Amino acid sequence: MLPTLFGRIQTRIFSLGVIGGLATLIITPVLPDDPTYRVTFLVLLSVVVVGIVWEFIYHALQQFRWEKDWPTLFGLLTAINEGALIWLLLDRGLIPGIEEPPTFATFVVDFLVVWVTTWIWVNGPMRVPFIRWRFRGGRLVL
Amino acid sequence: MGSVSDETVAPIPGRAYLPASGAGDLTEELLGSNSWTDAMVQQAGIPIVDSPFVTIGGGMGSFVTCDYLRIAGVPTSNIRVLSALDRPWQTYEYLTRVSQIPRRERLRSDSASRPDNIWGFPSYAVSEAIATRRLTALWQVFVEPIFADYWTPKAGQVFESLEREARRIRYFEMLTKGLVRVVRRREGGGYFSIVTPPEGAAATKRVAYRSQYVHVAVGYPGLRFLPDLQEYRTRHNDYHRVVNAYEPHEQVYDRLLSRPCVVVVRGGGIVASRVLQRLMDDRLKGGAQTQIFHVFRTFVTGANDGAGSERPRVFMRRKGGDGWAYQGFNYPKSVWGGQLKQRMRRLEGEDRAALYKVIGGTNTPYRHLWQEQMAQGRGEGWYQTLTGKVLELVPRDDKVVTRISTQQGTLELPADFVIDCTGLEADIAEHRLLGDLLEHSGAGRNPIGRLDVERSFELRGTRSGNGAMYASGASTLGGYFPGVDTFLGLQIAAQEIADDLAKRGFCRRIGPGRSILHWFKWLRGTTI
Repeated sequence: MLPTLFGRIQTRIFSLGVIGGLATLIITPVLPDDPTYRVTFLVLLSVVVVGIVWEFIYHALQQFRWEKDWPTLFGLLTAINEGALIWLLLDRGLIPGIEEPPTFATFVVDFLVVWVTTWIWVNGPMRVPFIRWRFRGGRLVL
Repeated sequence: MGSVSDETVAPIPGRAYLPASGAGDLTEELLGSNSWTDAMVQQAGIPIVDSPFVTIGGGMGSFVTCDYLRIAGVPTSNIRVLSALDRPWQTYEYLTRVSQIPRRERLRSDSASRPDNIWGFPSYAVSEAIATRRLTALWQVFVEPIFADYWTPKAGQVFESLEREARRIRYFEMLTKGLVRVVRRREGGGYFSIVTPPEGAAATKRVAYRSQYVHVAVGYPGLRFLPDLQEYRTRHNDYHRVVNAYEPHEQVYDRLLSRPCVVVVRGGGIVASRVLQRLMDDRLKGGAQTQIFHVFRTFVTGANDGAGSERPRVFMRRKGGDGWAYQGFNYPKSVWGGQLKQRMRRLEGEDRAALYKVIGGTNTPYRHLWQEQMAQGRGEGWYQTLTGKVLELVPRDDKVVTRISTQQGTLELPADFVIDCTGLEADIAEHRLLGDLLEHSGAGRNPIGRLDVERSFELRGTRSGNGAMYASGASTLGGYFPGVDTFLGLQIAAQEIADDLAKRGFCRRIGPGRSILHWFKWLRGTTI
């Protein structure tokens, strides 16, 4: 991907919100240990919000790259640091609205399914409805 | 290729400009006027054909623009492609083939840059994986450029998919054969494009296309040879031992296979890499005993940028080594959509020219195969590099001697062949149509001397009433968008042009609904 900072943030909000939201809607009933929609959607929301901070960090790291690109692989591997941080926040009860954190198994399956689905979406299918998106650094609105 | 299309690639400077004779030809009055009335054209006996939109060139630039417009709902009857080419990829295929990328070899182009598919999805890698039932391509795009070289499509895959798309959008119904040398403003709005049809195809020598919109996509203005090479070839009438990589030179490789020879390769770009690969493949697999001397003008030893900075900033530093500056594609990738695209779009004048310089400069991709071959050649002594300025070429016995000024003094290098891979381009004024636009239609030059276009790719200064003229491709390099002379760059330009034309009411703006619908049509191969 060839994102700008605002493109990253917009793409994250849209793709996690829509595609991640759909994935969460479908996956929640079949997750281990029966989490509620309230819990899985709050986890998703925290990935969006905390992720905006991550985007600033990724953008700073991208400056060291001559091409100013963000390789496809990076988009997948960042699941590790982002997932770890969200789990840490959940475990310490720092995510507002979640009193009882999901089990680790629930979290891992939920997080990875949403992440991989969104990653596939932004690396191809998203270009079909939004033909200008990839030429605008990932921005959907001005 | 016929002789006409050869001229499109490399126009011959000084050749007679529009010989005027017979009925239906350009007159002195027409050639001298910056804008024409309908009556003036009629009085000259030139028949007038109406078409709302014409695209001139008929190569890749015209094709991707037509593709966008057809998807945006423009009927074939409203578009005319004025071209000397039979197929849009004809010139491109010719240039890649002679510069050592036949159909089976891979181009230097990103997987998602598909001139036959405006969405870039599925990418070429996905298509190749499906066609070959192997996951190699997908794995490579997944780990590139960190753990593998950039995956790039085979030339053949690109041409075959272009052929499919050309039929799907009924491109050939829009194609009108002929060469356009003059476009002039029309009094009252729009333009006249004067076509010289192939002999016998029309009753008159010229035909005028009267249109509201004109798109100029004539490709590279022409090739230019380094002065010392041109001097040698002209003075000694030797086009055999001193060749340019962009002209057919297969005879050189044939000769190298038949007996041991010394070859001098000049240049540090992608074409030099391809030519070296051919020479080394022939040596390693074909039994040639070629001794290669590779002459660099500037020898890159490490971190670099296009401006030649000795210690480039950490945030603007390109990899390099062994003489080469390494870069996956023609420009840093983000010029096609990310940070550098956004940055350049805001720059004017000298600032823009300066950034072009930093991201430019001769470069080539880092490919493992090439690195291995060069390392073997260096180790076994049959591949050597030299750095310096070539002073002149002189014939001696049956050799051609390259005299080079190096830091160690002047060096003489006798060789059987010299292959020039420097790929200099001619000035835009050397192209007859572009020169005429500069002189008569109000077109100007951008900060690096090519055609000055707006962000919408409208050719600045050429507006005519309710009409507009656009340009895209190599002749517009130096504008607000840098990667113009690439597949994706042509598509970005086409998108801007289609959006601008939509604002003017010529076509629909492609929104999400139309885009999804047409993607499914593309997928199913539905003719539109």
